[in-house]
Order: sequence, then structure tokens, then C-alpha cells
Amino acid sequence: MRWPRAARCPRSPPAAGGSDLTGPVPAGVRLVGWGFRHADRRAWAVRDVDLRIEPGERVLLTGASGSGKSTLLHALGGLLEPEAGDARGELLVDGVAPDRRRSRAGMVFQDPDAQLVMTRSGDDVAFGLENVGTPPRLIWPAVDDALAAVGFDLGRDRATAALSGGQKQRLVLAGALAPRPGLLLLDEPTAQLDPAGSALVRTAVAHAVSDRSATLVVVDHDVEAWLPLVDRVVELLPGGGSVEHGPGWMPAPLRLPTRSPRAAGELLLSAEAAGSTHRGSDVPSLRPVDLELRAGRTTAVTGPNGTGKSTLALLLGGLRAPTTGRVVAGPALTAALRRPGRPPSRWRAAELVERIGTVFQHPEHQFLTGRVRDELALGPRRSGAAGPAATRVADELLERLGLTELAEANPFTLSGGQQRRLSVATALATRPRVLVLDEPTFGQDRDTWAELVALLAEQQDADRALCLVTHDAAVVRALADEVLELGTPVGVS
Amino acid sequence: MALGPARPVPLSAVNPVAQLTAIAVVTVVLLVSGDLVTPAVVLAGELALLPAAGLHRPRPLLARTWPLLLSAAGVAWVNVAFGSLDGADAWLSGATWGLRVVALALPGILLVAATDPVRLADALTTHWRVSGRFAYGALAALRLVPLLAAEWETIRLARRARGMDAGADPVAHLRLLGSTAFGLLVAAVRRGTRLATAMDARGFDSGMVRSSARPSVLRPTDAWFVVTAVVLCAVAVTLSVLSGSWSPVLG
Repeated sequence: MRWPRAARCPRSPPAAGGSDLTGPVPAGVRLVGWGFRHADRRAWAVRDVDLRIEPGERVLLTGASGSGKSTLLHALGGLLEPEAGDARGELLVDGVAPDRRRSRAGMVFQDPDAQLVMTRSGDDVAFGLENVGTPPRLIWPAVDDALAAVGFDLGRDRATAALSGGQKQRLVLAGALAPRPGLLLLDEPTAQLDPAGSALVRTAVAHAVSDRSATLVVVDHDVEAWLPLVDRVVELLPGGGSVEHGPGWMPAPLRLPTRSPRAAGELLLSAEAAGSTHRGSDVPSLRPVDLELRAGRTTAVTGPNGTGKSTLALLLGGLRAPTTGRVVAGPALTAALRRPGRPPSRWRAAELVERIGTVFQHPEHQFLTGRVRDELALGPRRSGAAGPAATRVADELLERLGLTELAEANPFTLSGGQQRRLSVATALATRPRVLVLDEPTFGQDRDTWAELVALLAEQQDADRALCLVTHDAAVVRALADEVLELGTPVGVS
Repeated sequence: MALGPARPVPLSAVNPVAQLTAIAVVTVVLLVSGDLVTPAVVLAGELALLPAAGLHRPRPLLARTWPLLLSAAGVAWVNVAFGSLDGADAWLSGATWGLRVVALALPGILLVAATDPVRLADALTTHWRVSGRFAYGALAALRLVPLLAAEWETIRLARRARGMDAGADPVAHLRLLGSTAFGLLVAAVRRGTRLATAMDARGFDSGMVRSSARPSVLRPTDAWFVVTAVVLCAVAVTLSVLSGSWSPVLG
């Protein structure tokens, strides 16, 4: 005979006999006119939100970058201290303020490396149970249950440092589930993972909440991916309030730029069997590849994590020299160089920024000044423009990118989408013929995505060569003329 | 670089607090002694423990100990070159100091090579009542250290991508180094803050009494380990006194 589905569920019933584990009773959430303003800001991060989530429900919380999704999720997890800012309205989990019963919620954030505490996988899952004083005899069975619930089968003793991003995030999820939270809160849990890793995490979430023993609230920009897993979608509006989207709702299609196909222009930069191996390592971080970047064309480099995509971006960007093969700049790039025979990795930095611009995956790595305007003027000044000329370039770019109001702001205080636009703009400021971008659409909301794609399409039309290193299939569809897919991962999986 | 041994080595079976106690005993004796025989005997005992810490092959051994060997050689050389003694006495003094430095630091290297930092934190909180907030907080911070190396490289390259390099100017080099270090600090603080929030969300330091998933028990082996350290020191001092070279620094 076939067992009913519920009976095959690997999660055991709640431990009997007055344990400290909260039983798998899903939590209900209620918000009435709720709002929050961070202590150092004048504007409200979220306001006028009315929301009711029934126990066991699964909700996707979405909204434009800066609409306060993460703030709301932190509040549900009881992580907003009263001194962090002003709250108004009511926000209750199971009828009480969440900061008074923090153990009701389990949370997962973006960056797995900023969440793992222990050196071994099993120990890390046990961490949350230890913190709430779970009796030792109950800890390991609960750890094994949680690991089974997320499908982590590498064993308790596996070193956390040796896991892939997707596996780390699965482990983090197991750690959040182990204390049997009534409310599972996920804050963009797949934003830093490749498509395979993201799918792994979503499968684990789907399995973990399949018995509805926990209420699920997910914050993510990737609406399509989460739709099959949730009952409904709540969208926070930038001006305050929220709208509900019922079953069958689909987000508006992405706005794609209209492009006319162009003939390939002159050869600007090429990789000839260029590969890279870290010193002291036996396996290459990038197997030798051939690639040509031509004026007016966009090449996308795709493939799973660990195949050396980012390494290839560094080689093309003239930031690192290949250990095998070579990277050659065409005559159009080397024209005014003092020593045209040298490879890009040996150009002076000021020469490099006028010819090849690189945009890194995390914008904050690239910010060097305390003001947005200075940030944009820096490149032109480094490559020899006079002060007023550099400022003029900066102001034009500010205008063009709609960042004029933020000219005096500190780059580090901008929202994720604004930081991304600024980092692309800093590369454009020196008018390089070649642009290399590592995951330019990473973690962006739909509006920022569309703005970025339009901006990049414009660069292509201005006869620049673009190289996009990306997991984002939509950006490849929208912009790429050529696609180079790197093969199986090298090195440890 | 991994934290702790990849898989348990024989010395991992000794409780970290027993190892720390033995280290304390050895340290006191070495600090008090001023001769060549005592550190030589103690060092012989420590060297015998190297295989138990998984350091029997020259390459990993050298990788762990080269900074120590370098500084010991430096200390010895300073004593020979700038000490008040001449001739054979100067060389003896240099050798004594060099041996002392190695014998003092090697136990720490053995501890790090053989001990998963998690077990160290468990042992400290269980037996010595070190606060969990401190022990596990430090542990979490320690996990971030290997990530800093990769972050440093990224920030350095990102600076070049923005047109910043020093060329041949040493002052510019120094300034660039300073600004890269500041960038690293900012990145480390940001990640550290995120880690603290994640630990908060998992109920860390929430005022509840922590339990421990990994009981840290003291076994007879641990007592024997400390006793062996005491005996080793006693033998070293006895040999030193019998050979007439004992010259304590204190008293």
C-alpha cells in the first residue's frame, strides 16, 4: 500500500514531555497601520501597512528597492530595537510584540558567510538550539531532522568553510528551522547564489514548509521564481501602504530596450587561450578561453559558480595577468599609450580607466570618496582632466542617471539600486571603449533592472564593447550578441 | 587557511583546558629559568608531541612555525650581536634566548594545530566559566578572518579599476595601502554587523541560559597530560640544577 504523503514526511512529531522546543504551531501575523522610521533618517522606511497573515500561510513580500521590505521583516523577527527608530501602529506575532518572544521566528539573510558561526555543519545547526537552552539530549535529533528537512546530506562533520554558496545557505536554513519556529522569515535568501544554488534553496524551503508547520514570509525581487511556492504576494508601495496580489497574479513583464542589430565593429580586446591558476593551487581557477570583444557588440559570459567567470572579468579588465595565454588590446585601444606593446594588466591605472572600465559585483568595493559627485569626478581627474572639466562630466552623468538630488550624499548610504547605477556611472565617467561588468543586475528590483539594461544598451549603441558576466538569463536575452558559456566547475565543489 | 585541524589528530583528544593548563605550567618554568638546559629539555618534550598534533611532515610544520623560527633567530642574533657578553658566553646567551622563545611559543602552535576552535570555546565556557557571549562571539569573528584575505584582493583591484595606482612613488604607495586598509575595515565592519544581526536572530545572548550540544568532559587522559607537563618541567629543572647551570631569572 502507499503511505499518505504526510506520513512520509521526514520531520518527526514534536518532542514529547515538556521540552523547551516550541512545537510546530504556525504563527499568525497582524499589522495595523504599521510604520517605522530609522533613527538617523527623516523619511519613514515603511508606513501605513495593514496586513494579516494566517497561521501556516506562505506570503511573498515584494516591492521596489527602498520600499522597506527588509525593515518589515526585521520587525517581524523582533530585531528592531526600540532605540533603532520610531514605530507607529501595531505589529503583532501571535498577538504579542515580536521582540518579546523572539524565539517564535527563524530568519535567513542574503550572505551565507555572515550567518554561519561554527566550523562544522552540525554544530552550526545546533547553535540556535543551544542559545535557547535546549536540553543536550534533544539537540542532535532536532539537528538531524532539520538537516533532513532541507535535504542537506553531506553529514554533520562537513567543514562549513568547504561548502558551496547554495549548500551554505541550505545549512543556514536548517539552522533557522531547527528550533521549530512558528514563523520562517527569509530576506532575499538566494540573491547571492547562482541559478543552481537558488533552485537548491527554494526546493529546501518548499520541502520544509510543506506540512504548513510554519508560516512563511519571503522577501525577494525574483517574483516568478517564488510564485509556485507562495499563496499570495504582498507588494509594499514606495509611498506607504501595500497592495495584495491574489492567486494567478503575474508581475508586469520586464521592460526590454528596443535594439536594432548592428554589424560587429573593430576588434577592441581579445583573450587568447587566457587562463588563470592561483599560486600554490593545483587546479586552475579559469580554464583557457578565447574571446573577442568588438565595438558595438555585447558578449555575455555565463556558467555555474566556480567556473572562473569573475576571474575572466579580472583578466579582461586588465586587473590581473593571465597565468597562461594572453589578453591583447586592439590598435583602437592602444593608440595613445606610452608603451602600446604592453598587455592591459601592465598599463598604468590612469591609462586603464580611459580604455577599459570594470564594474565589480559589489558596488561598495569601488567607492572611494564621501560624496556621489566626487565619486564621479574621481576617474576623469585621475586620468588628467582639470577640476572644472571633471565636475562637468560628473554633473552630466548625475543628470543622465537621475541622481542629481543625491549629488552631496555619501555613496555608502544609497539604496542598493542607486549604488549599482552609481558604480556603472563611475566606470562611464572616463569614457572607456570597453566595459566589463560582473553581475550588473545582481539583487536589483524590476525598475532598477530596466534602467540598467537601458543604460547598457545605450553604451552599446555608442559603439562600446560590453562584456557581461552574469547568471541573469533575462539580461542575456535583452543585450547579448554572443554568449560564452563556461563549462563544469573547476576545483572543489 | 583552515581553522583547526581538517580531521582530528591524536592531540585533539586532550581537552583544550588541559592543554592550556599545561601551557601555563611550561610558560612559568621557562620564564623563571635563565639557562640553556631547561628550555632544551622542555623543547625536546614539545618536539615529541609534534606528530600527535599532525605536524610530522616538514611542509605543514614549516608553514605553521616559520614566523616563530624567524623571530627566535632574530632574538638570538640580537643577543649575540648586541649583548654585553663576548665570545662563547655571547653564543650561549643567544642560544638560550632562541631556545626559550621557541619552547615558549611552540605549545601555542600545537594547541592551534590540534584544536577545533569550537571545542576550545566549549571547553572555556564549560570549565572556566568564560562568558558565552565572549567565547562564541570571538569564534564567529574568527571565522571571518580567512574571508578578509579575499576581500583585500578585491578592494585592491577595485582601486586599480578606479584609476588609483601608486606608480613609482613610495609615499603614494603608502597612502594607497592606507586607503585600501580603510576600505577593508569598512567592509569588515559591515559584514561583522550583519553577522551580529544573524546571531541575534538565532537567539544568541538573549538572556536565556545556554545549553551545550557538545559536552566538554575532562577525562583521566587530561589529568595525565597536565601531570606529564609538570614531570617534564621537573626533569628539566633537575637536570639543570644537577649540571650546575640553573640560574633562575627571579630570586
